[in-house]
Amino acid sequence: MVPIEHVIALSAALFTIGVGGVLIRRNLIVILMSIELMLNAVNVALIGFNRMWPGIEGAPRMDGQVFVLMVITVAACEVAVGLGILISMFRNRDSVNIDEVNLLKW
Amino acid sequence: MEISAVLFYVFAGLAVISALAMVLNVRNTVAAAMSLVVTMVSIGGIFVLLDAYLVAALQIMVYGGAIVVLFLFVVMLLNLRTDDFPPVGLRLAKLGGGLLVVVVVSAIPRLLGGVFPEIPAAPTGYGGYRALGIALYTDYVLLVEMVSLLLLAAIVGALILAKRKID
Repeated sequence: MVPIEHVIALSAALFTIGVGGVLIRRNLIVILMSIELMLNAVNVALIGFNRMWPGIEGAPRMDGQVFVLMVITVAACEVAVGLGILISMFRNRDSVNIDEVNLLKW
Repeated sequence: MEISAVLFYVFAGLAVISALAMVLNVRNTVAAAMSLVVTMVSIGGIFVLLDAYLVAALQIMVYGGAIVVLFLFVVMLLNLRTDDFPPVGLRLAKLGGGLLVVVVVSAIPRLLGGVFPEIPAAPTGYGGYRALGIALYTDYVLLVEMVSLLLLAAIVGALILAKRKID
């Protein structure tokens, strides 16, 4: 088995790529996909740490995996609502460029 | 090197490369979504290698099967296959991104140096549906209820947001 540090490094790399995507892209769909990528990076870290402390024989600890299930559920909710917002934005402005919806930006 | 370690590095490399392909693909949104599928399936493989079998199956079903298909549906529904918006050239974004990359890249070798002990052997039943189900419906039953409420709210919210006119 690989050391846990490599799992955490993978998680950090994926999270960084996700943050970079949110920062540099202007297409709302790609930004939502990058957010999914960040949530998945956190899932990798949670599964890795759960494997690090797996409980004792007869009583496995599954806390990290329960959290991952919750993260997956929240991600599904977020995508549904986010794509709903995207559709209504496209209907009103004929574009999914986030530079055109910056009224709330300071 | 044992086979599980080799597979881990293969899946990790695949995940990182396809994630980069998703972020850096500035022309085709459908191809970006397909890269996201590859990333999700590779992460599912890594979950299998970490003995989280049920979560791996759910990861592939929910992410590779449902969420990315939802993305593709919207891309094709709105006919957004080509991406006409080049990445921002803002100084702030460049500065922030560069700083982030420097911090993470400088942290990774320290991580790889070895801070944690070896991964212990997993007990029987670890990662299976039985242990996960017992944890979900005893210790975390309140969490399950709250998440089901959240799902309901998301269904209603998505319907109202995507509706043409609220009557």
